[in-house]
Amino acid sequence: MVNSATNFGRSGVQDWMVQRVSAYVLALYTLFLLGFVLFTDITYETWGGLFAQTWFRIFSLLALLSIGAHAWIGLWTVTTDYIKAAMPRFLVQAACGLTMFVYLVWGVQILWGQ
Amino acid sequence: MPSRRVINDVNGNVLSRRQRTLGSYCALSNTYQLSAAGPVGIADQKRECESAVNSKRPVNLDLSKFHFPLPAITSILHRISGIIIFVGVAFMLYGLDVSLSGEAGFERVSEILSGFLAKLIVWGIISALLYHLVAGIKHLIMDMGIGVTLEGGRLAAKLTLVISGVLIVLAGVLIW
Repeated sequence: MVNSATNFGRSGVQDWMVQRVSAYVLALYTLFLLGFVLFTDITYETWGGLFAQTWFRIFSLLALLSIGAHAWIGLWTVTTDYIKAAMPRFLVQAACGLTMFVYLVWGVQILWGQ
Repeated sequence: MPSRRVINDVNGNVLSRRQRTLGSYCALSNTYQLSAAGPVGIADQKRECESAVNSKRPVNLDLSKFHFPLPAITSILHRISGIIIFVGVAFMLYGLDVSLSGEAGFERVSEILSGFLAKLIVWGIISALLYHLVAGIKHLIMDMGIGVTLEGGRLAAKLTLVISGVLIVLAGVLIW
């Protein structure tokens, strides 16, 4: 049982589950974008047109939220494994969390602010 | 999975080979002490042995001397590629931001992406992404209970490296 104040969910099982669900979302998003780039002639019209569609903006936001959760659990695991001293570990994890927050807000601005 | 003989101490902790060897040496010397030093000597000896066995002595973890099995290598690559992607998201968001800002911005991104260094960075991020994706799909397949054996793990590690290697080369060809 993971009893840590810094892990994502209430338990290790929940972290495991969130990691899997976000993995499926990110895999689908990656494969979709790869397919789009490979099979579409990428111009400003097609590229801008894709990101102008509401469903794709929602899909992109979902992917961005999944990156946040997925990266938090992954980086939490890595930092917990390799950084033994509590203070440096907390600071690195805090920096990761701040970066994710910036990514999220920046991404929302890109998707809906243009 | 092949069975492995696990030796536990009185507290239920799994003993290392060194601790096991030391433990049997202590047991042996106890029987010698029995005739030589009497009950007091045994107690002393026993205390000494127990403190030697249970002490938290430094462990040699010189990673350059370790031989890593293939699944260990694919696992550490999964972690490294994840960190690269996390940093790479900043570049991807920047590119997306400028490319969607207007026709001029889109042209600027196209121009930046035609440079060698930019192509190298893009290839690096794409490579990390492709590897992480393939290794992640391996995890999802193993979650379904497929290949969860020692041999299955080794085969899956080989497949992960081969498939992602091919995809990374293909991505490089497409970028240049």
